[in-house]
Amino acid sequence: MIGAGKIKQYSNILEKPLSKGKQEVSLSAFAFLFSELVQYNQTQVDNISELERRLEDAGYAVGARVLELLCHRDKGNRRETRLLGILSFVHSTVWKVLFGKVADSLEKGTEHEDEYMISEKDLLVNKFISVPKDMGTFNCGAFVAGIVRGVLDGAGFPAVVTAHFVPMEGLQRPRTTILIKFAEEVLQREARLG
Amino acid sequence: MAPAAPRSGEAIFSSVDRVNAELFTLTYGAIVRQLLNDLEEVEEVNKQLDQMGYNIGIRLIDEFLAKSNVSRCVDFKETADMIAKVGFKMFLGVTASVTKWDADGSCCSIVLEENPLVDFVELPDTCQGLYYCNILSGVIRGALEMVAMKTEVTWIRDMLRGDDAYELQVKLLSQLPEEYPYKDDE
Repeated sequence: MIGAGKIKQYSNILEKPLSKGKQEVSLSAFAFLFSELVQYNQTQVDNISELERRLEDAGYAVGARVLELLCHRDKGNRRETRLLGILSFVHSTVWKVLFGKVADSLEKGTEHEDEYMISEKDLLVNKFISVPKDMGTFNCGAFVAGIVRGVLDGAGFPAVVTAHFVPMEGLQRPRTTILIKFAEEVLQREARLG
Repeated sequence: MAPAAPRSGEAIFSSVDRVNAELFTLTYGAIVRQLLNDLEEVEEVNKQLDQMGYNIGIRLIDEFLAKSNVSRCVDFKETADMIAKVGFKMFLGVTASVTKWDADGSCCSIVLEENPLVDFVELPDTCQGLYYCNILSGVIRGALEMVAMKTEVTWIRDMLRGDDAYELQVKLLSQLPEEYPYKDDE
């Protein structure tokens, strides 16, 4: 009943048209929500690594869905199958949709062949977070690391993804680096493809 | 100096930093899923979501007052209007309307035309008792408590449960007397 002036109800969710993704909410609404996510998870854990793991899990669930959504909406149901392709997809497309900008940098690790880094000076989720001293190296970027892992895993590039603070000269706040270490099979496949 | 005029929800929303609603939606979904995993009972999840909302509400009211220039509302009717027209707009970018006032003006319904929390969401059979958006009722309850109003906020209609709109009933239970910890002339 289009035009009946009433929102269609109880229809299958798949019949609904996919939104264009241009809707926005205020940054504070997100910050409030994210802080509740962190605070709730703090009550569920005994140590920092457990807390990071739980935030990463939450992010993973977001990443898996973002991949599906973007492949469907932006890429005509195609996804990247090559290593550099998927990395630039994360660094550009995913970042742009989620954070409104392309990530500051994407670099290859100098010491290890299987490591790549995405860095961001002022990561959205760390914007209003200051980590207490007794929480050591805890980084809320674990949530974003989880998103990255979710996207990569869903696309067939299993990897270990972690978030780290890296102090920068001349900047007050450290930047956040998302370190991606691909599974061996990914590199082997990549080598085979030439 | 005369107090600054209250600003409209649209004006505030367009002037603040914003993020993609999908990030917000999916993050909220991740929270709900985590709670369902951890707490197992749908009833407990409803409670926890309400508590999270309350925690947000008691902090969010500061930002609301600071950015909106809203001063004291003359009655509960004006308060409800402010929540619907300014509050929802400035934080979530959506508009809501106020209806169904009772005779003495202490109970009304806020109806949401759009709801950014529920994109991509469908409740599975196992979660039929879940109030998916229960965080919103907590936010309203928490925020109003900080301006000395005890309220009870309940979901009347929920599209995820097959209704035709999102409707929250806000009931004013009591207005706490204001206490001045200081003297006016100091």
